[in-house]
Amino acid sequence: MPVEPAVPAGLTEHQTAAWELAREFAQNEVAPHAREWNAAHRVPVEVFRRLGEIGLLGLTIPEEYGGPGLDATSLALVTEELARADAGTSVAVAVQNGLVASPILRAGNEEQKREWLPRLASGELFGCYALTEPDAGSDTASLRTRAEATGEGWRVTGNKMWITNGGIADVFVIFARTGDPGAKGISAMVSGPGDGLSVGAEIPKLGLHTSSTVELAFDAFPVPRSGLLGAEGEGLKLALATLDGGRITVAAQAVGIARAALELAVSYATDRQAFGGPIARFQGVHFPVAEIAAQIDAARLLTLHAAQLRDAGRPHGAAGAKAKLFASNVAVRAADVCVQTLGGYGYSAEYDAERYYRDAKITEIYEGTSQIQRMVIARDLFGGAAR
Amino acid sequence: MKIAVCVKEVPDAGPGRRMDPGTMRLDRSGERSLNSYDLNAVEEALRLKEAAGEGEVVLVSMGQEKALESIRKALAMGADRAVLISDEGAAGSDLVATSYVLAKALEREAPQLVLFGQSAQDSDGAVLWASVAERLKLPMVSQISELEVAGGQITAKRQTEFGYDRIQSPLPAVLAVADSLNEPRYPSLKGIMGAKKKPQDVVKLADLGVEADRAGQAGSRTTVSALNPPPSRGDTVKIEDDGTGAQKIMAFLVERKFA
Ligand SMILES: Cc1cc2nc3c(=O)[nH]c(=O)nc-3n(C[C@H](O)[C@H](O)[C@H](O)COP(=O)(O)OP(=O)(O)OC[C@H]3O[C@@H](n4cnc5c(N)ncnc54)[C@H](O)[C@@H]3O)c2cc1C
Ligand SMILES: Cc1cc2nc3c(=O)[nH]c(=O)nc-3n(C[C@H](O)[C@H](O)[C@H](O)COP(=O)(O)OP(=O)(O)OC[C@H]3O[C@@H](n4cnc5c(N)ncnc54)[C@H](O)[C@@H]3O)c2cc1C
Repeated sequence: MPVEPAVPAGLTEHQTAAWELAREFAQNEVAPHAREWNAAHRVPVEVFRRLGEIGLLGLTIPEEYGGPGLDATSLALVTEELARADAGTSVAVAVQNGLVASPILRAGNEEQKREWLPRLASGELFGCYALTEPDAGSDTASLRTRAEATGEGWRVTGNKMWITNGGIADVFVIFARTGDPGAKGISAMVSGPGDGLSVGAEIPKLGLHTSSTVELAFDAFPVPRSGLLGAEGEGLKLALATLDGGRITVAAQAVGIARAALELAVSYATDRQAFGGPIARFQGVHFPVAEIAAQIDAARLLTLHAAQLRDAGRPHGAAGAKAKLFASNVAVRAADVCVQTLGGYGYSAEYDAERYYRDAKITEIYEGTSQIQRMVIARDLFGGAAR
Repeated sequence: MKIAVCVKEVPDAGPGRRMDPGTMRLDRSGERSLNSYDLNAVEEALRLKEAAGEGEVVLVSMGQEKALESIRKALAMGADRAVLISDEGAAGSDLVATSYVLAKALEREAPQLVLFGQSAQDSDGAVLWASVAERLKLPMVSQISELEVAGGQITAKRQTEFGYDRIQSPLPAVLAVADSLNEPRYPSLKGIMGAKKKPQDVVKLADLGVEADRAGQAGSRTTVSALNPPPSRGDTVKIEDDGTGAQKIMAFLVERKFA
């Protein structure tokens, strides 16, 4: 049963068009298959390609590079609608735009943009973002993957962990150490696949089964000088600036999961009979559902507010962190309320509630855990005194 | 090749769809969209154009001016332009008047192919294409589930209740496609953003040389004398489930020879 979400003022015609197209596609082409795909741990690559054909996969890629050239607000709306149908599908789009196209657009030179962006927009290529390592997650500055300088470029050696889209990727945004230990010794690179890069098997995980998550092993993997993204030693800055935008899409993903959970809880409670009528008569059923309904609207407005700041070219790091911190928690709670409202059926794989429950949790972890979001917000509040 | 596709805006299905008791016409004030069967015709026209590598796809519609909003969906899919006949004098046109006006618009466009959807979801006549073809004196094939265009003629597989006909016809021709013919594409975001800028001609009856007495109520041969709800079915059986509901339903179906 669809529940109308809160909509901020001032959505443009193009943002609304992207939202409507994503909703139609998600409801018709993704939602009906989500349970089956997730149960089979199937990454629906053909659906990602179709998203490319209709312009949603490379949504934020400018028209001169073959995309529709839309903004962060559109990306949030699209990610949310896809996540409402299937969280794993939404993250493929979020990564392609927010973590792959975004750093290439921000730091790439013309040649790099021409080489990668048109094919990322069309869905011919999928990209991934390789920052996290087995021993460096929240503490990204401690990453150990090394890039040894050769005459023509670098040879990269090290392991990257939890890389979304890694199993289907043709484009790799890699963060590696070209210099000294610490934040300033890290550089960003963009490359296709090649000898010296092995892609691990899918990592078994709690949820998000339609999303590919793998470990990447680099062993003297050659990257030419032309693969350097931005200036040498500026990699961590680029990584963190990229995550400023990425967080907004994770918040949007959380809102999408939460909306799906709310909608299922409402429709189920309306139908389910107990004690001589629908359980939707009981205040004990109403209150948790009413509460998440209010929180979802708040989360959505926070998220779209952060996106609108980004689109206006204003600082949005803390706003995005607030949106992600709040929305991810709302998603986890909404999924919990959904399972509880469905009772035993909520625990059963026959319904989507348990999937929302498993998928919601990731939004509190990736692209900065909830603790890290609190740190970002605190630094914004306390400045240097927070360090 | 120039292809015209006749499309119609219809009120969305659902409880909101109703007859206006005052005018005794369909209430077209609520949510509206393009007749979904027409999307199959649009899709086929686009495929024919893409396969030929050249050509033009023109949408032709009669309806209210606000129908342009729905018609833009077909422009977003890739049609090149739209002609909408919108005129106070066309209000209340029945089959006879509608087919006359559309035929006049199509004569002006002179396409090699005219495509129709199989039927309109609101009035569900599934007849308009036949009357338009008759007025244009063109060959006509309906319920097309496979279509080939080559060498100045078409070969169509026509779905019937008893199997398939294979029909060849010279061009120009009028074709009504079945919804099994293809899977309409989603418009791309760029298509949606560009649709508004494509030519959308709103024309009056006079522009087409349609005489006032051949359109609207004046040009119609039908009058609606009364509106009544369908009579209730006397033979409805209500089964309360006391644990034997399934057996009772089964027995009912067997008795009626449904199972
Ligand atoms: C499904 C999935 C997909 C992913 N996709 C990608 C991807 O595409 N690319 C990529 O680079 N990474 C990806 N990641 C990695 C993800 O971003 C990291 O897992 C995340 O940043 C946390 O790092 P970690 O796992 O090393 O945890 P750790 O950093 O080891 O954290 C463990 C715990 O300690 C807490 N903690 C750490 N430091 C502090 C502190 N200073 N104060 C308070 N608490 C702290 C954390 O909040 C957490 O609760 C993905 C992860 C998953 C699970
Ligand atoms: C604004 C409006 C007001 C109307 N008022 C009246 C009325 O007062 N009295 C009355 O009797 N009927 C009225 N009609 C209905 C009209 O007579 C029928 O639409 C017409 O006879 C076609 O029949 P059908 O809709 O059943 O189409 P079908 O024969 O089921 O349609 C087959 C195909 O014809 C094409 N098509 C249908 N309609 C149009 C159109 N308008 N323009 C372009 N292509 C089309 C589509 O491709 C469609 O798939 C009105 C229709 C409209 C749009």
